[in-house]
Amino acid sequence: MNRNLYDLLGLVAAVCFIMALKGLSSPKSARRGNIIGAVGATIGTVLVFWAPGSSHKHLVLILAAIAFGVLVGVPAARRIQMTQMPQLVALFNGVGGGAAALVATVEYLKLGNEATTGEILATVFTVIVGCISFSGSIITFMKLQELMTTRPVVFPGGRFVIAATLAGVLGTAGWVINSGGTSPLLIMGALALAFGVLFVLPVGGADVPIVISLLNAFTGLTVAASGYVLQATLLIVAGTLVGASGTILTRLMAAAMGRSLFGTLFGAFTAKPQESTGAAEARPVKSGSADDVAILLNYAQRVVIVPGFGLAVAQAQHTVRELADLLTSKGIDVAYGIHPVAGRMPGHMNVLLAEANVPYEQLVEMEEVNPTFPQTDVVLVVGANDVVNPAAKTTPGCPIYGMPILDVAQAGNVIFLKRSMRPGFAGIENELLYDAKTTLLFGDAKETLTKVVSSLKAL
Amino acid sequence: MSNGLALLSIFVLSVFVGFEVVAKVSTTLHTPLMSGANAIHGIILVGAIAVANNASSNLQLILAIVAVVLATINMVGGFVVTDRMLEMFKGKKKEVK
Repeated sequence: MNRNLYDLLGLVAAVCFIMALKGLSSPKSARRGNIIGAVGATIGTVLVFWAPGSSHKHLVLILAAIAFGVLVGVPAARRIQMTQMPQLVALFNGVGGGAAALVATVEYLKLGNEATTGEILATVFTVIVGCISFSGSIITFMKLQELMTTRPVVFPGGRFVIAATLAGVLGTAGWVINSGGTSPLLIMGALALAFGVLFVLPVGGADVPIVISLLNAFTGLTVAASGYVLQATLLIVAGTLVGASGTILTRLMAAAMGRSLFGTLFGAFTAKPQESTGAAEARPVKSGSADDVAILLNYAQRVVIVPGFGLAVAQAQHTVRELADLLTSKGIDVAYGIHPVAGRMPGHMNVLLAEANVPYEQLVEMEEVNPTFPQTDVVLVVGANDVVNPAAKTTPGCPIYGMPILDVAQAGNVIFLKRSMRPGFAGIENELLYDAKTTLLFGDAKETLTKVVSSLKAL
Repeated sequence: MSNGLALLSIFVLSVFVGFEVVAKVSTTLHTPLMSGANAIHGIILVGAIAVANNASSNLQLILAIVAVVLATINMVGGFVVTDRMLEMFKGKKKEVK
């Protein structure tokens, strides 16, 4: 293909990516934005087969590899439960980072001694950050999938191990830059993989979304750096866009969660081993029956439902909606109080409730719902915990301290629907559970809600 | 302008565009936006195909083919899962009307 035409079509693909991100920033155009992005990616991918001066001797193999990737990726994306979507995004991000590290490695091997300093620097950057993104994303995946503990993993002297690993990565990077060769690059990659693991291990469950977003931005930058090695403008534009927008998004997310980005990032260096608090055992709680809850709800004038991740796990969105409709038909004012990070990621709960066709106007964001709690008779907390935990205000030093919460304690009655007394994702005890105005309703959220609905109908 | 400098200019300008396009996104869209951006960096597939095409040893070819598989999963899976999320937002809007 003619070089100019090739570059021009590459520019079209790059513009598609800009329009995709722009579209994704607004609810009206979000879906179209995503499709524009897919079109840009398709143009770029088809185009590369006609790159000037490229051979086609491995064409069949490459096409087979793409087909295989599609066969793995598409069913995974289609079948995943919406509740498990954050970890799938983490996994996709990780494999992208791994791919970038491999691409840079191959190009480095091919260039051998002909590589310029700029190319070597970009390769070193891509391999280090790509490997961190890969192994770090695998750990976030395992945390979210609960294949391992969601609590921060901190071991004595951990920060020295992490610092030493980082020093090792930088030292081998200097070795690669100075003397080149394959083995230093491989050692550097291995150390970077180890660093990725160590970097994410001390991050607590509640901060994991921020880390996913950050690693996403990292992968973007590695793609940009490998674009520099390959002299591919499209990769530079796309990678940098993701790197820059991902950085902003990470900051916005951290702000929404009231977390300091710095604290999250360098948690690895500052985290101390946590002492297990034994205060939780054998304290009295008030547990009620579905009938009690139905009566409370029946005589309420205003009810706020606070949905959390437990609701999604129990697939109780539809039952919650049924209950809300029933209450509305009795003339009770019903609203959903949505915490920005309810679920596992900012906006996750909105996705889940949208799936259950909950009317949009009943979803009230935290800032608007908080002042209404003193006038609210009953708050129904369905499978949420950390987002209503007053420890975020009262206990300096606890992992969620400083996170804005839904002030449900201001309401007349609080009903918690919980599977057990197990603490929330962040692993912190919730004092509100022991409060006099709190009633606990144990069991699977969907089953208990169904019971509440039927007793409410009988009233 | 040297080639390296041209690439650097593209990089710097892209940083500003990237900052600008997402500056005012609501929390509702954080998850889909992250997922969409995640799919976009799957464009590393282009790089993977390019190095696979020009691989000069079996080792290079094997590594490049692995990269093609990983990048495809990232790109295709990313766009599909983002579309699934956004599909629900669309259904919600119909309900409002």
